[in-house]
Amino acid sequence: MPDISLSQILIVSFGLFFIGVYGFLTRRNMITMLMAVELMLNAVNINFVAFNKYLFPHKGDGLFFTIFIIVIAAAEAAVAISIIINLYRKFKSIDSDVADTLRG
Amino acid sequence: MMQNYSYIGLVLLIPLVVFLITGLFGKRFQSFSGILGTAGMLSAAMLSYFAAYQYFVVVGRVDGVFPAVIAFKQTWLQFTPSLSIDIGIMLDPISVMMLVVVTTVSFMVHLYSIGYMHGEERYATYYSFLSLFSFSMLGLVVATNIFQMYMFWELVGVSSFLLVGFYFSKPSAVAAAKKAFIVTRFADLGFLAGILILSFYSESLDFQTIIQRMTDYHGSIFLAANAASFMGASALTWALCLIFIGGAGKSAMFPLHVWLPDAMEGPTPVSALIHAATMVVAGVFLVARLFPVFSQIPAALDVVMYVGAFSAIFAAIIACTQTDIKRVLAYSTMSQIGYMMFALGVSGFWGSDGLGFTASMFHLFTHAMFKALLFLGAGAVIHHVHSNEMGDMGGLRKKMPITNAVFLIACLAISGVPPLSGFFSKEEILTAAYNHNMGIYFVGLFTACLTAFYMFRLYLSIFWNKPYVEHSHDDDHHGEAPMTMKLPLLILAAATLVIGFIPFSMYVSADGYAFHSELHIKEAAIAVFAGVVGIVLAIFLYGKQNDKPQRISEFMGRLYQSAYRKFYIDELYLFFTKKIIFNFIATPAAWIDKNIVDGMMNLISNVTENTSEGIRSFQSGKVADYVLWSFIGTLLMLLFVIFF
Repeated sequence: MPDISLSQILIVSFGLFFIGVYGFLTRRNMITMLMAVELMLNAVNINFVAFNKYLFPHKGDGLFFTIFIIVIAAAEAAVAISIIINLYRKFKSIDSDVADTLRG
Repeated sequence: MMQNYSYIGLVLLIPLVVFLITGLFGKRFQSFSGILGTAGMLSAAMLSYFAAYQYFVVVGRVDGVFPAVIAFKQTWLQFTPSLSIDIGIMLDPISVMMLVVVTTVSFMVHLYSIGYMHGEERYATYYSFLSLFSFSMLGLVVATNIFQMYMFWELVGVSSFLLVGFYFSKPSAVAAAKKAFIVTRFADLGFLAGILILSFYSESLDFQTIIQRMTDYHGSIFLAANAASFMGASALTWALCLIFIGGAGKSAMFPLHVWLPDAMEGPTPVSALIHAATMVVAGVFLVARLFPVFSQIPAALDVVMYVGAFSAIFAAIIACTQTDIKRVLAYSTMSQIGYMMFALGVSGFWGSDGLGFTASMFHLFTHAMFKALLFLGAGAVIHHVHSNEMGDMGGLRKKMPITNAVFLIACLAISGVPPLSGFFSKEEILTAAYNHNMGIYFVGLFTACLTAFYMFRLYLSIFWNKPYVEHSHDDDHHGEAPMTMKLPLLILAAATLVIGFIPFSMYVSADGYAFHSELHIKEAAIAVFAGVVGIVLAIFLYGKQNDKPQRISEFMGRLYQSAYRKFYIDELYLFFTKKIIFNFIATPAAWIDKNIVDGMMNLISNVTENTSEGIRSFQSGKVADYVLWSFIGTLLMLLFVIFF
């Protein structure tokens, strides 16, 4: 197994994060936006695991945080989907631009 | 011996209560409010008569003078331990006399109005205003404190405003009411300034204290007030002159008289009460109240004298040319008040030198009766003819015999024909002027002649002159007015016949001590002669319809025209207000208000609006935009943290 440096892993997570940001900003479909958020969370997860492995090999804090985030992401997905369902009932659409009744 | 005068508070309280009842609940029982008001004034009048009887006869003199009695006094506003505004009731000869005058005339007018205002839509409102006026006027005359007087002074101004503008659907009545209020308000500014100067030096607002301190020649207060000088006159002189401006405004002295003729737009009984008998003599009363102080300062007294004398003759000349009968009476009132003023101006203080003071008060008393009678008589005529113009009248003597008789009595009284009341008071005034200043005496004499002339011109134009013309709308008409209107006329006529015989100098004098004012045969004869000349001239010109008055007025040309136009004083005021004040003060002020004051406000609102307009696109409601902005914000903060 060839050595993989920390910076290479960070490049992957950086790419993953900004794909998520891009997806979140450009997509109008709420489900796609939720998926983009998941991408960003997973980019963070990779960072935690990588930093834990390379900088503090004898500790497990980064791994715990990762597990936390995965659990919270699951809960958040449930909440987000229930919001999306409610939104759909009201607007007959899951396009986020339709729900702009709070504009100034 | 102390006497209990506590019931005198009722004289004020009754009109106040009537005002509240008729003002609040009058709409429910329209016709009852007239009776209630009249009954209230009757009881107030009875109480005043009783008070006068008790004051002058039962208690009488103490050490040769009638003492001033404080029947009631309550501190209202305490400024410092020594300076306070009190509300109270002071009885002294002039205030007791004024109580009698005000309640009597007010009662007559209330009674008369039952007939005169019958069927009026705002009948109850009318009575509530009348009661408010009576209350204010009574409060004014019994004031113990110059500030109390000032407050009631303003209250009579307000009730005068309300009553002059009673027919508020007529634009001319509204204009007249505003004019009366604004002109007198301007004068009251002088009054207030005078009060402040006077009380600043005397350190009191109480009449008795002011008079006592300001007449003490050697007292430090008097010396300080007399020494402080401003533009060549002492502070005390200024204070008195400013107070006199207030009095001149209320009493329609030249050049603040312009409101009085216009105030005739009000109902005629109101003119009789307010603009002939009571409110307009408030200025005379004010000077009389402060007379001990005035008599210390000859300069201030001279101002009173010259203004009074000029107003007397000025108004008399104008009255000769007017054709509206109420305006003739208004100018006549102004002229007679001028008489009272210059009588005060020529008066001394001690003993029989104070004849002018007594005469002034006496004339105030007699004038109130016969001028109210004239106005009420004129009201009866107007009620009958439905016009104010002399041209529409003539030959009414057969149609209205009682009005004719009482009007004649009043005209003879004001012309100074013995033995009617006006003769006695006028003769005293002229004698006082004769003893003091010949110039003023001749002005007074000439005015007496003019007075007789224009009063008889008025009388003859109404009751003689032409044969009676039947008016088309006359079918439903009665010859004379109803009984409620006739009774006050008869009572006032009876008063005019007898009150001249009251030995006034025994009761009212400047220093308080009685003196005998015997009839001065020579002066009396000259005065009567002047009056008779005027009467004869009037009979010659107006006894029968002819073209002599026309020819004379054409002969007089410019002089007649300018007198007819009231010497262009109104035009002068209009020029001054419209051309000068409007153009040079009001217009720039309006410009500043519109462009600078409003401009600032508009600027603030515009900036706010534009800013919010600019930033409202942030609030798009689209989730993606919010995220974008928060993302950019996070990045910026990150950069900030990293690089700074």
